[in-house]
Amino acid sequence: MSTFLSFTVLGVVFGAVYGLLAIGLVVTYNTTGVFNFAQGAVGMVAAFSYWELWQNEHWPFLLAIVFIVFVEAPLLGLVVEFVLFRRIHGATVERSLMVSLGLLVILLGVATIFWSSPDVIRSVTPYFTQSNGTVLSVRLFGANGVTLQYQQIMIVVVTAVVGVALAVFLRRARLGVAMRAVVDDPELVALAGAKPYRMSQMGWVLGFMLAALAGVLIAPLIGQTGLTSTQLTLLALNGFAAAVVGRLRSLPMTFVGALILGLITYYAQGYLPGHINAGLAAVLVEVIPVVFLFVALLVIPAARLAPAGRLSVRSAPKVVTARQSAVGAVLLVAAMVVLAAMVGATALATLTQGLALGIVGLSLVLLVGYAGQVSLCQLTFMGIGAFTMGKTLGGNSWWGVLLAVAVSGAVGALVALPTLRLRGLYLALATFAFGAVMYSAFFDNSSVISDGSRINVGRPGLPFMHAVSNQAELIEVAVVAALCLLIVGLVRRSIFGRRLVAMSDSPAAFATVGLSSVRTKVIVFSLSAAMAGLGGVFYAGQQGGIGATDVQYIGSLTLLLFVAIWGIRTLSGALLGGLTAAALPVLQTHLPTSLADLTGLAAGIGIVLLARSPDGILGTAWLSNRIHLPFGYEENESGLLAVEHEVASAA
Amino acid sequence: MPPDGAAAVGGVVSALDVDHVSVHFGGVAALSDVTLRAEAGMVTGLIGPNGAGKTTLFNVITGLQRPNRGTVSLAGTDVTRKGTHRRARLGLARTFQRLELFSTLSAVDNVRVGLEACGRAAPGAAVGLLERVGVGEEAGAPVSSLPTGSARLVELARALSTEPKVLLLDEPCSGLDERETAALGELLTSLAAEGRAIVLVEHDTDLVLRICGAVHVLDFGQVIASGPPEEIRRNPAVQEAYLGHAAEAEPTEAGG
Repeated sequence: MSTFLSFTVLGVVFGAVYGLLAIGLVVTYNTTGVFNFAQGAVGMVAAFSYWELWQNEHWPFLLAIVFIVFVEAPLLGLVVEFVLFRRIHGATVERSLMVSLGLLVILLGVATIFWSSPDVIRSVTPYFTQSNGTVLSVRLFGANGVTLQYQQIMIVVVTAVVGVALAVFLRRARLGVAMRAVVDDPELVALAGAKPYRMSQMGWVLGFMLAALAGVLIAPLIGQTGLTSTQLTLLALNGFAAAVVGRLRSLPMTFVGALILGLITYYAQGYLPGHINAGLAAVLVEVIPVVFLFVALLVIPAARLAPAGRLSVRSAPKVVTARQSAVGAVLLVAAMVVLAAMVGATALATLTQGLALGIVGLSLVLLVGYAGQVSLCQLTFMGIGAFTMGKTLGGNSWWGVLLAVAVSGAVGALVALPTLRLRGLYLALATFAFGAVMYSAFFDNSSVISDGSRINVGRPGLPFMHAVSNQAELIEVAVVAALCLLIVGLVRRSIFGRRLVAMSDSPAAFATVGLSSVRTKVIVFSLSAAMAGLGGVFYAGQQGGIGATDVQYIGSLTLLLFVAIWGIRTLSGALLGGLTAAALPVLQTHLPTSLADLTGLAAGIGIVLLARSPDGILGTAWLSNRIHLPFGYEENESGLLAVEHEVASAA
Repeated sequence: MPPDGAAAVGGVVSALDVDHVSVHFGGVAALSDVTLRAEAGMVTGLIGPNGAGKTTLFNVITGLQRPNRGTVSLAGTDVTRKGTHRRARLGLARTFQRLELFSTLSAVDNVRVGLEACGRAAPGAAVGLLERVGVGEEAGAPVSSLPTGSARLVELARALSTEPKVLLLDEPCSGLDERETAALGELLTSLAAEGRAIVLVEHDTDLVLRICGAVHVLDFGQVIASGPPEEIRRNPAVQEAYLGHAAEAEPTEAGG
């Protein structure tokens, strides 16, 4: 009984914090239309800030909390809204998603720069700890009861108060009602005399405050042995899952989701180890929020496929012609032949890795750039390809390459099937969850790949050579990348390619001309995953193997970002994105440690560009001859109804 | 030809049958008990004030919105439970009031996607359709660069590309000038004469009353009047709800 109660308390306390994180997401989403992937990262920055103020500056803990939640977080929210999100108001889901992923990478970069040196343990003691080290608490129900720490009580009380206050604010206050209306139809709200960006400013400020509050509240719960950035950002997964239970709309349901998730996690932690081996239990606890998220995504009613509420006026870079892509492919191989003879070992390795990642980048152009299906698990497909390669015939056979392509393609189709009815953000979340599950349950599972090691992957040999030199390998990868480039160009110009773009541009119109997105989606997912798997073979071949660290979710995000920054709908953008992702960590080693996170920095600059030019750096020249449709204001029945409904339910 | 859906039993199968359809969004009834039909070879008008539920009705017919009650049938086949693309293959096509073009493709590629969807990719077919609706010279232009009026016509050409038997047009004339509107009116008449059933949502009442063989009036999600144009023009309830309180709307000679 006592065990049960104490795990219940833990579940409720953590559930409350997840709830805060999640309602912040929901509030931001409903006022700005942007799903803030960086919500957990904001909480992380807040937690680190708390440690900084409390430990290093010796601030009293309450003052530090108040400062972080009421000064730092709102300021950060305002800056982020102004720099990143104001320009993309009303942009397509993919674009706003990309910018919020960029924010996540930036914040992780910030944390790396300030709070990553491993020689400091950033531990935070529980709130209400007396100077002699006693954690203040009360005992309930006597000997068979449960001990409640003051800080646990504080967390639950604060959460409850914030939840109720927020609900009242959104239902009653004029600003709150306006905030809820702004997403449904920004133009309409603008007509009613409100400034849409004021509302979205409020949305960002509130979202950041809630994330910061969650961050500082959770700091002492998980920080006794030291705060780490991974541990903190992974909390975001719990927030995502809870928000999805609330269908990104309902605050009460979001809280219910958060509580259930907290309880499940802690009951699992409390009751599993005794019966199953500890390794599996640890994996389960990591996997629970992800599986919860995945199931929630699959179970919630599908967003109806009605015509999109807002016009997405966009044009695209010119379709690459057969001649252009042939010339590009030849140039690529020629350039690499020359470079292979010229550069040193490090550059050779970097180029090889970059081109291998470039192949994965091309798979993203196909899937995200053309078909508009955002995948946040592309490195997982890459890892599956590499793993298959490593397990086939000694890891260096061309049969292995074929099998790798086949297996990752099949896994791609398997991922596509359950997520068929998911679009945009929900699909992105599902792929994110898939990547996270595969990481925790497979790649990072010591019974699959022993801890800290790799599955050996060799280089597929060439018929006229005994051993593949580093130079030959670069040329080999260049040839494969050139072939992939030709394939993607060919696909784009085919009937299927037109179909992909059409499906991405208007799913409603796609269906009304008699096309089923089911087949199209499965095929494109499979094709893309197969290509990512192929990239993985050469990526792993270069470094001699594949391990868990190669397929972390942040890697998938970073690669996607770099491809997007160069141009998600251009073939050269894919290759440049891959090369960038491979080159930055190498360049970083030549920099002073104070600039330790070049990837975050580059992503930061790139994402600010992306917020201004949706087609990336390579799309900017073309941008100048873009002409906007001269749309006036048009009546929108569904929008009007939605607002009427909002107002009616608010009254 | 029975003007009202209620009398549709005697063996005559309509191209499109909407039977007692209701849709609620939360507490708001967008459509309540809507029954109407569209016959092949005729333009059927659907008019009503903004927010009357016209677009919602189109969404129900095409399967983008599931009705809370009622059925939709195409040529006698109940399609209420069928997906949007399945209905399209049964010969249903539509345009959208808020444009739903494949916005990163050129005009001709927009039509081509439709042609290819039903396995008809004859060279020149796409341009031919664009020419027929009057935007042939825009074929190579990216649709995002087209003015609204032309963009609507590209949507019409795309809708025609699947050789529909039932064609739903949601305000095709907005963005067109008078001359273009007149031309579109003629086009619609001839498209109908070829045997298609066309349902036209349009605010240009003159056009609707001129080219439609039957008109349904929707107000607050209900059909408040159905009948031939001249009857609709004289109907006091319609004048009240749609043409405005101005009861002076003079009964003119039958404008066929």
